[in-house]
Amino acid sequence: MNPDDLLYASSHEWVRRGDPATIGITHFAQDQLGDVVYVELPVVGAVLSAGEIFGNVESVKTASDLYAPVSGTVVETNTQLVESPELLNTSPYDKGWLIKVKLDNEEDLGNLLDRAAYETNVAH
Amino acid sequence: MPYLPHTAADREAMLTTIGASDMEELLDQVPTAVRSKPLLLPAALSEPELLHELDALAERNTRSAGPRSFLGGGAYNHHIPAVVSALASRSEFVTSYTPYQPEISQGTLQVIYEWQSLICALTGLDVANASLYDAATACAEAAMIGVNATNRSTVVAASTLNPMYLEVLRTYCWSQGLQLRVVMAEGGCISPSSLRATLADLGEEKPAVAILQSPNYFGLIEDQASLAQITHEFGALYVTCANPLSLAILAPPGEIGADIAVGDAQPFGVALSYGGPYVGYVAARESLLRRLPGRIVGASVDNKGRKAYVLTLQAREQHIRREKATSNICSNHALCATVATIYLSYMGKAGLLEVAHLCLQKAHYAAERIAELPGYGLAFEAPFFHEFVVKTPRPGAVIREALMERGILAGIPVDGQAGLTYGLLVCVTEQNRKEDIDALVQGLGECAA
Repeated sequence: MNPDDLLYASSHEWVRRGDPATIGITHFAQDQLGDVVYVELPVVGAVLSAGEIFGNVESVKTASDLYAPVSGTVVETNTQLVESPELLNTSPYDKGWLIKVKLDNEEDLGNLLDRAAYETNVAH
Repeated sequence: MPYLPHTAADREAMLTTIGASDMEELLDQVPTAVRSKPLLLPAALSEPELLHELDALAERNTRSAGPRSFLGGGAYNHHIPAVVSALASRSEFVTSYTPYQPEISQGTLQVIYEWQSLICALTGLDVANASLYDAATACAEAAMIGVNATNRSTVVAASTLNPMYLEVLRTYCWSQGLQLRVVMAEGGCISPSSLRATLADLGEEKPAVAILQSPNYFGLIEDQASLAQITHEFGALYVTCANPLSLAILAPPGEIGADIAVGDAQPFGVALSYGGPYVGYVAARESLLRRLPGRIVGASVDNKGRKAYVLTLQAREQHIRREKATSNICSNHALCATVATIYLSYMGKAGLLEVAHLCLQKAHYAAERIAELPGYGLAFEAPFFHEFVVKTPRPGAVIREALMERGILAGIPVDGQAGLTYGLLVCVTEQNRKEDIDALVQGLGECAA
């Protein structure tokens, strides 16, 4: 169920290559969180540093930090999530995308996992 | 010993089951070096002996002088209707703890929801929490909301805040690595130009929040609409700390531009009790809902579609987020909030307005009469609610002592504060009858020299 064409972080974020790149959370992550009620995202223009916290997802039972899988600048955020945070549960790889980022360095992507590596090492 | 439920026979049976011959053997795992030594306490008293001893201790306290008390400064002398303690002392309210299990706590949850609704109605703001401890920590919580919402680290506070609130703010700022900048008063109030100058002087160190108290510590009503506007110009949040009784008459914080309102609901039926417990409140605009500290009760429906109340937004709190929680508070002052809710329900809008008007009118009568005394005068010109500062011919502390001998608690000395030499902060409430006010005036006159 984890798409082949994405790259993954061990902290359960995914990246879809592009200019800008798209970032979201995986099926495993949304499943662990339970029903999402609120998503706190950075503002457009915010500068992200790979490995640092860039936002927060709140579910009925917990609130979990989001870690930037790459460094870059936020160019767009998914405003649908304000009214419909449940999109993270129902469509984590498609309608539930979080932010679009202009990468500082394409080489950052080399630090991420492919689907097989993610599934073997992380999302069992 | 009535509080220990086990009999000697119970203990023996338990020891036998465990396989230990006595308590000593049961605890032999505890190293001798860390065992407690015999405590040098007097022997236990019988119930009548204990009552005599407690009575003797209580005799040493001066009871609040009731109608002869003109003390304010954050804790106010109001009439507590009998219905308040009659209802609040019901065991369901007195013994219940945090309503984590909504299925068995609908009563508790509903009362708190009513409290929240009443606070929103009084402050003119969108959301309120289940109560905080007191106004001082409520101010600190408001500062933290501002800091987190703006991502800035400078808190600006008025010098006209109750000194105890300022001190607590200082402690919070120090421990959180924040800057606290105090705006100085002119004529007992914070002028818009003063605030503007202070905010502008910060330069790159941008303000997260500005906290004003109105009516302020000296009883004066601040020019909040202007102050809020200036605060917003600098991108900071504006916080009003307000005596909620004053909100029956004054424009509510939500209408004058406040983002957050805090204060103490002690005036609503909570006994003075030598300083507490009282009950802090916090209310805010809806956009700040997720940054509110503490408990919040929400209204929802159960699986049968019936209205039901529940603790909500718990993911912000201590027990879920630990060090990333919005605050370290993990409780509220439920019983005091219940008292305040009963008081407000009983008084209603009309009753509350009447109390506020009585306070306003009696305070102004007192102020006028005191101002006529030779050697005395009103310290400031700005309008006030039910507290005001009088300039005194001798130190306020000395005048207070002299009047105490006449059984009158004349006020709080403010010698050397706000540019005064000698002064007294006097509060008048519905509790003070005309004859009490006249006695105060007479006493002040006679103690002038």
